[in-house]
Amino acid sequence: MRTLPSTIVVTAAAASVVLALSGCAGSAGTTSSSPAPTDSLAGSNLTVYNAQHEELTQEWADEFSAESGVTLTLRNGSDAELGNQIIAEGSASPADVFLTENSPAMSLVDNAGLLADLDSDVLDQVPDAYKPSTGTWTGIAARSTVVVYNPALISEAELPASLEDLADPAWKGRWAASPSGADFQAIVSAMLELKGADATSEWLTAMKANSVDYKGNSTVMKAVNAGEIPMGVVYHYYWYIDQAGTKENSANTELRYLKNQDPGAFVSVSGGGVLASSKNQAAAQAFVKFITSKTGQDILQTGTSFEYPVGSEVTPNPALPALDTLDAPVVDPATLNSTKVTDLMTEAGIL
Amino acid sequence: MENVTTSTAPQGQRRRIASPGSRPCALLLALVCVIAVAVLVPVGFVASVVAQVGWPTLAPLIFRPKVGELLVNSVLLVVIGVPLCVTIGVGGAWLVERTVLPGRRLWAVLLAAPLAVPAFVSSYGWVSAVPSLGGLGGGLLVATLAYFPLVYLPAAATIRRLDPSLEETARSLGYGSWGVFFTVVLPQLRLAIWGGGLVVALHLLSEYGAFALIRFDTFTTAIVVQYQSTFAGPAASALGVVLAMICLVLLVLEASTRGHARYAKIGSGSGRPGMRLPLGLSAPLAVAALGALVMLSLGVPLASLWRWLIAGGAAAWVQPELGTAVVQTMLLAGGGAAAAIAVAMPVAWLAVRQPGRIARTLEGATYVSSSLPAIIVALALVTVTLRTVPALYQTTWTVVFAYVIIFMPRALVSLRSGLAQAPIALEEAARALGRSPMVARIHVTLPLILPAIGAGAALVGLGAANELTATLLLAPNGTRTLATQFWSASSAVAYANAAPYAVLLILLAAPAVAILFTQSRKRERG
Repeated sequence: MRTLPSTIVVTAAAASVVLALSGCAGSAGTTSSSPAPTDSLAGSNLTVYNAQHEELTQEWADEFSAESGVTLTLRNGSDAELGNQIIAEGSASPADVFLTENSPAMSLVDNAGLLADLDSDVLDQVPDAYKPSTGTWTGIAARSTVVVYNPALISEAELPASLEDLADPAWKGRWAASPSGADFQAIVSAMLELKGADATSEWLTAMKANSVDYKGNSTVMKAVNAGEIPMGVVYHYYWYIDQAGTKENSANTELRYLKNQDPGAFVSVSGGGVLASSKNQAAAQAFVKFITSKTGQDILQTGTSFEYPVGSEVTPNPALPALDTLDAPVVDPATLNSTKVTDLMTEAGIL
Repeated sequence: MENVTTSTAPQGQRRRIASPGSRPCALLLALVCVIAVAVLVPVGFVASVVAQVGWPTLAPLIFRPKVGELLVNSVLLVVIGVPLCVTIGVGGAWLVERTVLPGRRLWAVLLAAPLAVPAFVSSYGWVSAVPSLGGLGGGLLVATLAYFPLVYLPAAATIRRLDPSLEETARSLGYGSWGVFFTVVLPQLRLAIWGGGLVVALHLLSEYGAFALIRFDTFTTAIVVQYQSTFAGPAASALGVVLAMICLVLLVLEASTRGHARYAKIGSGSGRPGMRLPLGLSAPLAVAALGALVMLSLGVPLASLWRWLIAGGAAAWVQPELGTAVVQTMLLAGGGAAAAIAVAMPVAWLAVRQPGRIARTLEGATYVSSSLPAIIVALALVTVTLRTVPALYQTTWTVVFAYVIIFMPRALVSLRSGLAQAPIALEEAARALGRSPMVARIHVTLPLILPAIGAGAALVGLGAANELTATLLLAPNGTRTLATQFWSASSAVAYANAAPYAVLLILLAAPAVAILFTQSRKRERG
């Protein structure tokens, strides 16, 4: 009963090989307007395990679906949840494509050997800084760590110079984070890579004593805005989204970029990868290629997500400071380890 | 609430209904055994986690300061929250049923109405009205306001059934109103209080959404956080083992303290309606107290909801997922209700028609599983389906199965009391007239128990529509229910987008709550 879909897959795969050989790829700017490779995919189905924001991925899926005729089904969850789920499912996973908010969960799946190599024409669309050294997945967007603070409660001069300063007892009860989220765990994984396990463990123990937990970055920002707590560690785009909208949760707040290659200036790469077990390789590769193409990245530039585009030379939304001005620490996303981070956080009593 | 209605059914009566000549049906017994084994899957999961992960791995994950914090939070929540719910529920029931309270009928409805507002919607209302709400105080406030109707409904139903002659006797012996309440009325409510209290306690332990929104950590919220960070990792399982133990302790505690005293009226004739106390000068006080309660439990959540509906305007209603979510919620909740009734029927049949130790044991098995929080049931089904029946993994079947495990006692209790009231003699008469046993059951007994089926289905459907954690973990890819959509919007602080889902959840729940409310009032005459 699986004959029909597999016929389509074989046809599609054959077609894409032919197209690749004929040199169709390479001109990133024109991918969106070349209907030829996607025609053959029409009618196929992709299951996307999506840990990225639902609205953003839905926009990508709708656009790609309209262009290619591929039907996409999203399963929404968090980075580590879906990553571990794919590992538990193993080769029986229904997932074709995995999209994350951050990179550690993608590395987790990669390290389990479950990702297919990405086509070179997909990888070519993204500069080396925003993809792992392994070539098994790629960055699809980026997000910067920031300090969001309420100037009525804390002056600019009092702000920490480094994320590490927040371990000082002077900060007890004065800063917030969302440690249950993948975003914060990615920041910790950067710290782990930059400072080592002992320093990170010590810092987490201090964090347990000093910080106030909220569930979700938006909730952290809302609390800072409401004056419940002077400052929080979040990603930049929650603030920009709210500023562009009603400002309900950010009107009383400012952002501070820590820069200086501090762990608190970490720029996290959202990942996109194709599962090796996927029976829809061609369509899956085409979807990741679409996300990193000009059309896909333009959605980041002009859309409502305020994340940084990383591919096809698309510039960020003009409201955002340029990525290269953020002085982020240099980390190979392939080295970030999510399991070690959740273990350390569990040991510290944060999870 | 479930336990109350069953336990108050006079035991002797059930025995009399079962005809002495009825053969123990091996097929029925086998079927019930299969059901009992199936619903015990989560219990087996908890046991196998301990066995497979091994104590050396689990011990450091269990005996750590974080678990201590969660234990303190969860225990305080139950130890303070349950008495609060009991006080409010019983007090409200007594005022409505036994005093000449102005506007009694309206209060009777308003005190049951919070059941239609899911606890996480109520929490969303509170947190958007009082953003700093949090911690134990916040958790107690939100949970008490959401769950006191679980005591109020059975307490009101019991008070309506009480034989007033006992109270009259006490009064003639010189007891005042308070004296009569504490020495005569309250002891007769013991079953309603213990049963309702147990249900509230289990709800408090398994609630996720309401507490997550206000930053109050319990075992259940911590398990979800662990799940999101590590999927079904050992730390999540370790927390699950502790939580399952607390629930089992509560279950045993309730069963062993419920006692065997019989409070129902024995003998022929029906009780008169009880007398109503004049409230006199305290009437304004009672009205003010109930008014404040309704303001807090309904007013605050609904006012916040209204505010966000206005803020979101028409745009919030054009979300394309709204329609899908309504349809899928109705299908899943309807499927869960139908399946729970279908599975509970043989168990109820056995319990009523062939009572005995085996029937009681099998029935008890279903209670044990349902007392485990949904998150543990979900973790168990994720693991079990992945390892043993991958074809069922992430299918609607698994979600429906989870709903059956979680909500089966709700169906069972209704069906049991319905069956107990359907005299077997009528069925036998039909068989004497030449009908086959099955035809006799369908033509004679089925119509008699339809109201019980309706009430049971309403209870299960209500629970399933509001269920969050198991649905999030088990649902097929692409599933959107009102609860999960509301959750994803409200946890992203997109309160205006969340509001339409909350409104639709409440609208869907309203008919079910109305059925339950009228059903609980009817029992007075039944």
